[in-house]
Amino acid sequence: MKLRILIAVALGALIMFAGYAALFIAPDEATMHAIQRIFYFHLPSWIACFTAFTVVFVANIGWLATRREKYDALAVSAAEVGIMSCTIGLITGPLWAHPVWGIWWTWDARLTTTFILWLLYISYLLLRGLLDEPARRATLSAVFGIFAFLDVPLVYMSNRLWRTQHPQPVILGGKNSGLNPIMAKVLLVCVIAVLAVMVLVLIDRYRLELLRREADGLRLEIESRSAIPAGDSGD
Amino acid sequence: MTTPHAAWILLTKELRLELRTRELLNATIVFSLIVVVLFSFAFDPTAAEARRYGPGLLWIAFLFAGSLMLNPSFAREQANDTLDALRLAPVPPFALVLGKMLANFLFLAIAECVLVPVFSILYNVSLAGIVWRLIVVLFLGDAGLVITGTVFSAVSAHARMRELLLPLLLLPILAPLLIAAVEATASLFADPPALDRTWLSVLAGFDVVFLTASWILCDYLLEE
Repeated sequence: MKLRILIAVALGALIMFAGYAALFIAPDEATMHAIQRIFYFHLPSWIACFTAFTVVFVANIGWLATRREKYDALAVSAAEVGIMSCTIGLITGPLWAHPVWGIWWTWDARLTTTFILWLLYISYLLLRGLLDEPARRATLSAVFGIFAFLDVPLVYMSNRLWRTQHPQPVILGGKNSGLNPIMAKVLLVCVIAVLAVMVLVLIDRYRLELLRREADGLRLEIESRSAIPAGDSGD
Repeated sequence: MTTPHAAWILLTKELRLELRTRELLNATIVFSLIVVVLFSFAFDPTAAEARRYGPGLLWIAFLFAGSLMLNPSFAREQANDTLDALRLAPVPPFALVLGKMLANFLFLAIAECVLVPVFSILYNVSLAGIVWRLIVVLFLGDAGLVITGTVFSAVSAHARMRELLLPLLLLPILAPLLIAAVEATASLFADPPALDRTWLSVLAGFDVVFLTASWILCDYLLEE
């Protein structure tokens, strides 16, 4: 317990430092100025989102292959964390786009893919909510989760062919790309900070899910035990 | 019994069921006609605009009609627990899914055989000279719709509110298919008409990816 509080405090300090670095240490961008600084949280949230959805995919396969309940608990937890980071990305993006592009939203490949991804995993959680029997819920939602993940490259590719406006990748994007070294360091700090927060939230959500399942199991057991004497006295 | 043979038997069973009631086909055709008619009220398109927006309209109509039509595919096996009987049959599970897919594909194709000529007449879009190429696009698009739709019909059949759930699962997954099918159809409606190979390969890729995924995952899909 003490360790967890320590970790939480350390992460709080790290994310505060990341915010400070993004606002004050990173140099001013030549054309976009202050608004560019949202990028230090936009890109990390997107990385966190993709990491979380990949965890969902792996956990879905894990459940189908092994039938261990922990994989199902991990899948639902990661889906929720992924949707949370996806939402942060979808909010910070338009905040940046409106002053820079002059519009809040455009149907560009990366934007559309992220939006479809968000819808797919919302559907995934809806499906889970509407399936009552636990083992069946885990299996059928795993099948849907795998289909949804396979869809992502197809969505991206078709949108890429269709139209694209999003800035080309700055890092590893080709010849004239590349970040100012200080910007790159600040970005690295932000990626680590955001990913660390997401992992902490994921671990907590996963523990909560396991506890919830244990509580449900205990409740069922209590009900089945108390039902027997009541039935006897009724005879 | 081999997979194709078992799938064929299931297909004939589905067709016999449908020929006796005709409820699925009638509802699908009428629904897609309504979409086409309402579109004219909503946008009041000229002939040039119909050519421009027609492909999108057609595929939206197919997607919505498909997501309604695919719903009973597995759900109606539940009324008399006939899905359990199918599961007990000594055939590979993929044969059951494949049979359903083929039947749904036929139903959708029949509905389109009615809808496309009606669309062509109502919106003055001539199909002369592009019929065969249009069939190729429709074939690949319908295949993707039916492959994912049949699998999700099996998923949603066990859920509460399944009629509402299936479109929620299906329509976002179909986003790449919609883009590719609309663009491929649009290049056919353009002057001069052309068969866009890029979009056809996206459609074919979609079909192959999800047919393979259904083949791998069908054991889990149908287990009790």
